Amino acid sequence: MSHLLEVEDLEVKFALRGGDLTAINGASFTLDPGEKMGIVGESGAGKSVTGFAIINLISKPGFISGGRILFNGEEISTFSDEKMRKIRGNRISMIFQDPMMTLNPVFTIGTQMVETLKAHRNISRHEAEKIALEKLRKVYIPSPEKRLAQYPHEFSGGMRQRIIIAISLLTDPALIIADEPTTALDVTIQAEIMDLLQELCDTDEMGLILITHDLGVVSQVTEKMAVMYAGKIIESGATDEVVMHPTHPYTKGLIKSLPGMIKPGEDLYQIPGMMPNLTDIPPGCAFNPRCPIKEPVCLEKEPKLLSTKQGIMAACHMVER
Amino acid sequence: MKASLKRFKASYFFYSFKRDKVAMVSFIILVIFLLLSLGAPLISPYNPYDSASIDIMNSEIPPAWYEEGSSQFLLGTDNMGRDLLSTMFYGLRISVMIGLGAVFLQAFIGISVGLTAGYMGGKVDAVLMRMADIQFSFPYLMVAIFISAVFQILFGIGSYEQLAVPLLVVIIGLSEWPVYARTIRASVMGEKNKEYVEAARVIGLSRPVIMVRHVLPNTLTSVMVISTIQVANAVMSEAALSFLGLGMPVTMPSLGSLIKSGFEYIFSGIWWITIFPGVFLILFVLVINLLGDWMRDVLNPKLYKG
Amino acid sequence: MFAFIVRRITQAIFVMLIISMVGFAIKNKIGDPVRDLVGERVTPEERAQIRDRLGLNDPFAAQYIRFLKNVTKGDLGQSFFYKKPALDVIVGKAPATLELVFGAALIIILISMPLGIYTALKPQSTLSRFIMGFSTLGVSMPVFLTAIMLIYIFGVNLHWLPSYGRGDTVDLFGNGWWQTGFLTLDGLEHLILPCVSLASIMLPLFIRLIRSEMMEVLETEYIKYAWAKGLSPMRIWLVHAFKNTLLPVVTVFGVQIGIMFAFTILTETVFQWQGMGYMFLEAVERSDISLLIAYLIVVGSVFVMVNTLVDILYGFINPTVRIAGRK
Repeated sequence: MSHLLEVEDLEVKFALRGGDLTAINGASFTLDPGEKMGIVGESGAGKSVTGFAIINLISKPGFISGGRILFNGEEISTFSDEKMRKIRGNRISMIFQDPMMTLNPVFTIGTQMVETLKAHRNISRHEAEKIALEKLRKVYIPSPEKRLAQYPHEFSGGMRQRIIIAISLLTDPALIIADEPTTALDVTIQAEIMDLLQELCDTDEMGLILITHDLGVVSQVTEKMAVMYAGKIIESGATDEVVMHPTHPYTKGLIKSLPGMIKPGEDLYQIPGMMPNLTDIPPGCAFNPRCPIKEPVCLEKEPKLLSTKQGIMAACHMVER
Repeated sequence: MKASLKRFKASYFFYSFKRDKVAMVSFIILVIFLLLSLGAPLISPYNPYDSASIDIMNSEIPPAWYEEGSSQFLLGTDNMGRDLLSTMFYGLRISVMIGLGAVFLQAFIGISVGLTAGYMGGKVDAVLMRMADIQFSFPYLMVAIFISAVFQILFGIGSYEQLAVPLLVVIIGLSEWPVYARTIRASVMGEKNKEYVEAARVIGLSRPVIMVRHVLPNTLTSVMVISTIQVANAVMSEAALSFLGLGMPVTMPSLGSLIKSGFEYIFSGIWWITIFPGVFLILFVLVINLLGDWMRDVLNPKLYKG
Repeated sequence: MFAFIVRRITQAIFVMLIISMVGFAIKNKIGDPVRDLVGERVTPEERAQIRDRLGLNDPFAAQYIRFLKNVTKGDLGQSFFYKKPALDVIVGKAPATLELVFGAALIIILISMPLGIYTALKPQSTLSRFIMGFSTLGVSMPVFLTAIMLIYIFGVNLHWLPSYGRGDTVDLFGNGWWQTGFLTLDGLEHLILPCVSLASIMLPLFIRLIRSEMMEVLETEYIKYAWAKGLSPMRIWLVHAFKNTLLPVVTVFGVQIGIMFAFTILTETVFQWQGMGYMFLEAVERSDISLLIAYLIVVGSVFVMVNTLVDILYGFINPTVRIAGRK
């Protein structure tokens, strides 16, 4: 049984002046064709780095220091840049957070779309433009013919993100990694974009990895999810299960802090404390300073991600297995 | 004082200085240069400004290691019979004096203007920056050359001699103050909105006091960064002016005037009058620039994190 | 946008008026128009008469207005030395200087671009360090020293290139005005050292500018996105990154051309290049005030015009192509 994507004990480090910093400490998950998965966590938890690690595009001085990444059975984490190039933007497409900053302001949409196609296919410019128009229509952009000659700043935020999605579809990829795709957009547009992504993945059997801090979006769109904290996946499983019956104290805290979870008039719940800086991770379980149910063992041993009674995976000493 | 020295020694600034060999070597060379220039009257074998000690019959003697050279004149003599080594030291002295003097003037004017413009904002800012812009659009060298030229024609060469050094300081000082003004202004505008300024206002401190005692010290890093380039520029400007004959007079030569007087002679094989002062000048400006580069890298907050 | 242009132009006119006023004041106080016209051998009575006739005893303001009127007609006074209208002298010498600046600009463009891009892409390589070190050296050498060193090495010692003058020139337009050195081998040989010297001032600056701009661009989100799209490195560097780098650099280039004119004075002196710069110095030596002031006005106006143009152009480019995407 071959998964579309298999991440095994991924380890990512940053080579800094004072020594190496571990940004991702052994993350593992799988994704099948057409599956939609969410990776949730606070800023700095390591979720974006995970996304970039899959296509080996981590900003310097970061590097993959351990683990394996298998795409369609092939181990891509050790691919040369040349080989990786054939996958990026081609078999695996990535959507970034802020569409204004992602599109090059001095080139037209048409140029930026055609060049993506020509980088991966041996087709003429005319054919490339035809495909571009087709994808623009797919994301419901009106009058696509006119759009090709326009510049990024001539579009609204929501339109730009649609264009980015269109670009990611150009090569009919097997997997889309979306890094906070709606964070920079208005709330109403957010819903539209998420609906669009969902629809496209369903119709074309594309895998989706949705990286976000927005639990609401994840629970609506994804089938399975992983929660990251201080560089580790501390809970993962079917989205419905994790959201309805969280087991890890952190996840419980997250769900509890959703505004929809309290009655009007009550105070909002906040997990006390802050996620530690990656340079300052406490020994044992990284969450222990903030954990309401910690025991001595939590201060010494790092918990492993293991199955719980309910069938989800959690990295906690206090959870019933 | 001791506490600040201790803090300095433990600071990142000092740490990266010790680690950067280029910076250390440049600093040492610079200190040597400065000592030479300060001690010129003491260490030079001759005093090139004392016309009594110069004999025109000594002119154009090659450096000591040549056959026709003499150990009296280590690097040879120039076209007037002056010992080249001594004249170079005195010339360096003039360059340092004018360089530092001009930069102090520039900094003084520029910082005052920039501080006021940045802090007061509004009309004051607009007017002051307009003036700076207008002057900025003219290359400083042209302005300096023009002013010198006019002065020369106006006052003749005679009275020029006594006024030469202060005049050059003023000319070069006036031509580049907008650089300081702009830099400080940008810095001040960044600091203006910070909390400590608001706190100072709430306490009731007057504007000038806030500007000078509180805001200014925080903008000094940007001043330090541009000051080294400015000193290097000032030294080169003076050399350029002297080379054109619009700078130091022939009787009080600076490195630039030496280069000029030696220029005609290189075609006839008398190379030392131009080449020695030339290399000396390049080396001097080079170490200033290298130190400036290093300081810029260290003080740049963007790279600091890295 | 329109308001911006109008404001900029008014500012330009204002500056030019100031220049002309300063120039006129100097000319009035120091210059001797009588001598310019009729030389030195005139009796005091004749001198007084001529002064009266020329209106030199009128109030300052009136004379200034007259001066301005003359300027607009193209009359910038008479050069005492050349016994010709100052403007004619300047225009006659202009081609030599213009060719010098053009040659230098060419060298700058052809060399700074590849070197700037290379040092941005591989900042730690030995070649990059060497280039940056060389550029620091270049910045530390005043242009006249570079010129002298070049002459000394290539002219006096190696005898590869000529040390002064323009060499053989050819009439470009057929009317005797523009003598070009670009069309003869000898002329080209004579152009090399002066143009290299002049370029040496700006070259380090531009290499560093292109390098730092490009390094900033390479860190932007849209370049990262280009990598994520799987585009080829060549395309990312030379098409995406470079185009974004070019915009601010081009604007700097426009202003620097003006500054190069200032440095032609130094370069032309060393190479005895018969251009406007050399003429300026000769005028100083000969106390030819009219010529000096005419030079001030001509060069000043060119300056103000170039600056204004560049500012306006930048205003056009900037709003639409806001260099967004910087972290």
